[in-house]
Amino acid sequence: MKQSRREFLKISSLGIGGVTLAAPFFNWANGAIVSDETPGEDFVNRTPTYCEVCFWKCAGWVYKNDKGNIWKIIGNDEDPHCNGRLCPRGTGGLGMYYDEDRLKTPLIRKTIDGKQQFVEASWDEALDVVAKNLNKLKEKYGPECTALFTHGSGGKFFGDLLKAFGSTNITAPSFAQCRGPREVAFLATYGEIIASPERVDIRDTKCLVLIGSHIGENMHNGQVQEMSDAIDKGATIITVDPRFSTAASKSKHWLPIKPSTDIALLLAWIHEVIYNEWYDKKYVDKYCYGLDELKDHVKNFTPEWAYGITTIKPHVIRQTAKEMVNASPAVIIHPGRHVTWYGDDTQRLRAVAILNALLGSWGRRGGFYSPEKKSLPSFPHPEFPKPKKTWRDAHPGKYNLAIEVVSNGICDATIPTPDNDCSFKAWIVNGTNLITTLPDQKNTLEAIQHLEFMVVIDTMPMEITGYADVILPECTYLERYDYCRTDQNREPSIALRMPATEPKYNTKPDWWIVRQLAHKMGLDKFFKWNDIEEVLDWQLKQVGTSLEEMKKIGIKKFPREYDDLYFVEDQDIDFNTNTGKIELYSTDLEAEGFDPMPVYTPHPEPDPGFYRLNYGRHPAHTFSRTANNPNLTDLFDENVLWVNPIVAKEWDLKKGQEIWLENQDGILSTFPIKVRVTERIRHDSVYMVHGFGHDNKKLTRSYGKGASDTELISNVLVDPIMGGTGMRSNFVTFKLENPHKKEVAS
Amino acid sequence: MRYAMAVDTKKCVGCSDCVVACQTENNVPIGYCRDWVVEITHGTYPQLELEIRSERCNHCDNSPCVRCCPTGASHYSDGGIVLVTEDKCIGCGACISSCPYDARYPHPDGHVDKCTFCIHRVQKGQKPACVEVCPTKCMYFGDLDDPNSDVSKVLKKRKFKTLIPEAGTKPQLYFLI
Repeated sequence: MKQSRREFLKISSLGIGGVTLAAPFFNWANGAIVSDETPGEDFVNRTPTYCEVCFWKCAGWVYKNDKGNIWKIIGNDEDPHCNGRLCPRGTGGLGMYYDEDRLKTPLIRKTIDGKQQFVEASWDEALDVVAKNLNKLKEKYGPECTALFTHGSGGKFFGDLLKAFGSTNITAPSFAQCRGPREVAFLATYGEIIASPERVDIRDTKCLVLIGSHIGENMHNGQVQEMSDAIDKGATIITVDPRFSTAASKSKHWLPIKPSTDIALLLAWIHEVIYNEWYDKKYVDKYCYGLDELKDHVKNFTPEWAYGITTIKPHVIRQTAKEMVNASPAVIIHPGRHVTWYGDDTQRLRAVAILNALLGSWGRRGGFYSPEKKSLPSFPHPEFPKPKKTWRDAHPGKYNLAIEVVSNGICDATIPTPDNDCSFKAWIVNGTNLITTLPDQKNTLEAIQHLEFMVVIDTMPMEITGYADVILPECTYLERYDYCRTDQNREPSIALRMPATEPKYNTKPDWWIVRQLAHKMGLDKFFKWNDIEEVLDWQLKQVGTSLEEMKKIGIKKFPREYDDLYFVEDQDIDFNTNTGKIELYSTDLEAEGFDPMPVYTPHPEPDPGFYRLNYGRHPAHTFSRTANNPNLTDLFDENVLWVNPIVAKEWDLKKGQEIWLENQDGILSTFPIKVRVTERIRHDSVYMVHGFGHDNKKLTRSYGKGASDTELISNVLVDPIMGGTGMRSNFVTFKLENPHKKEVAS
Repeated sequence: MRYAMAVDTKKCVGCSDCVVACQTENNVPIGYCRDWVVEITHGTYPQLELEIRSERCNHCDNSPCVRCCPTGASHYSDGGIVLVTEDKCIGCGACISSCPYDARYPHPDGHVDKCTFCIHRVQKGQKPACVEVCPTKCMYFGDLDDPNSDVSKVLKKRKFKTLIPEAGTKPQLYFLI
């Protein structure tokens, strides 16, 4: 067998010349988590931050105790994202800082005596290797053959570096593995995207419809808070989910739909609303384009038709449609967030957008509000070079409606094919564990083998680091500055993150890493600053505040500059679509050769003995990045497999029994997973929380805990409209005995 | 004065934020907790109900833990809050066995530990850490003798229950149902 060029290296086996990587003995009892002072003693100081554990980026205060150790993190009362209340991940964010498994010093892959290994290096040495390799590949292939994968605040600095270098191939899994289809669908319908935090007016809604969205298990803070407010105010919640989710348990109506049939249900709802003339006539007449075509299109999609597909009874479909209509326009058919399921996701989200339009909820109180953000100008720099090609050149004629770089598009184009030589040669990977982020691991690993250089910047020894040529340990968000948060909300705000403490170990902030690299790569002219404080202070002064003021307040709100939160009665609106109207009939999709109105297509179903693999979130975790956090593993340290009691009986599965999974392509789970027998899941599906089953031993708390859903997602249904990776057409069966056990020869 | 807490099971999503906020606020060692979340499912698919409760010490009016403590370490403090004086506690564990709510644990430092309703915060006019952090605002705390306290108001308005009332402990942790 050919030896792989890029052998996976376990960081534990490195270190030469007597250099040891072992952490200084870290005693929890000396840390802030277990200290013996009286709780609640006046803090020595507090510093502002915004959270990096997920993308909601709540603003908070980091409190230190009298010993100078980080003690707790508390939400900032002024922050519209969190209203002073962090979620468990934000509260437990200090575990990222205290995690003794953190990456501690730069590492370089070297071959010594024919054996690949990681060797500890100084920052200067490691950054030299990165700069030289990237410049060498730039010379050989052009700057465009370097791509950046990022998921986190530090990525903005690396983005600046890449643009200065001459490449715009900057991608985040948050598009093609997550919310991309909804953004493209809403853009096609309303000429605007949803963006983050979602512009849904849950606080004032009278009816909230969740389709596969499990708010409360996904701990999107502002939305969880508002859903609770809505419950207090007596709002009706309708949940469509094959699983009895937490949200389903809070709902007046739970529709236990057969998986993959959501579009049929949506079309039946649209049929009911149109044919009963329940839609908002004034709104639709004034703002919408294509009602007649839509009416004709959904003519046969009756509740009786949908019943045969979805298993939801016709009277329930009618009753829930009426509930939405009664609440209209204060109704939200929620666009969801992680919506890359079956490859026709943009069309499903189009159906969601259309139903909202018929009920007049876009631009109305209790529906969708118009968000605003306060932008900060970029620190002055010469114009970035214009790249000669982009990722799109690797996919001619495909994904034209994608509005962000498609991560899997970069990954695919890294593997050379006979008719495609525009492959990528170098990856910069910052804060995203691509091994568990991108589906079809075999494909990801193959792409990595074709790379000539990969640098990974992370806080933790995630699986992706094992394939890197250079690993750069960034410090955690609690130890660094980043650019200010400027995300949208009802009122614009900016939030400051500043270091609460010095970086632990030999770790560095991303801004520093990028500034050093820029110098070593000969890109100084694009970075006319030496310290991030200069940049932040300059930016903040442009909007009438300063770094000094922000250090004291953490968050600053600004008055809205533009229109009201909602449409004004009879307001004339020119929507940013081809027709200037809300497009029930999409001219954009039609022009690209796609169905202008959503169509239901049957999806594959499990063979006998197989179950659809569904996955979701746990409120104490974000993707796979928190699976080793000491505070959060204390709340939930391994995922389990939800199995319906009927299925458990058939297989004679007991609660807590460890089993292995095998998917439709014969892929086996590396680790076993414990069975949870529960009525809360349909008999044709199983469910697990995403982000577990880590197989890097250096992650001492999470190694081998639970199973990885990602490794079982080998059937990927790519959305032809925008390149999203549909991940919910994978089926698993159970292996009761360890299939990895080698037979011992007698 | 009689401190009490009410937890709205209709709003709680079981996220465990109360648990981690308590741990950091009170320096509870990793692996231990003073509060926890219980989820109970009733019914068969698809006729299901789920009750989610954030639980902790019930700060009972008639506390078996106080009665059985041989050293007087377990005692009633201001407003009926049940506390453990660490220095007096010999770690015998009698209170742990006597508590019908399993609300106490042996701290690795050798004493028994439990929820204090964050008395150090309450004395400063703040709410307990769990109440303050909860994203669903499902917890209400205050003085039952004050009709205008959050807890008095919500108990007047809503149906509620207590856990294991038959134990006769007169618990002061109420669950809104």
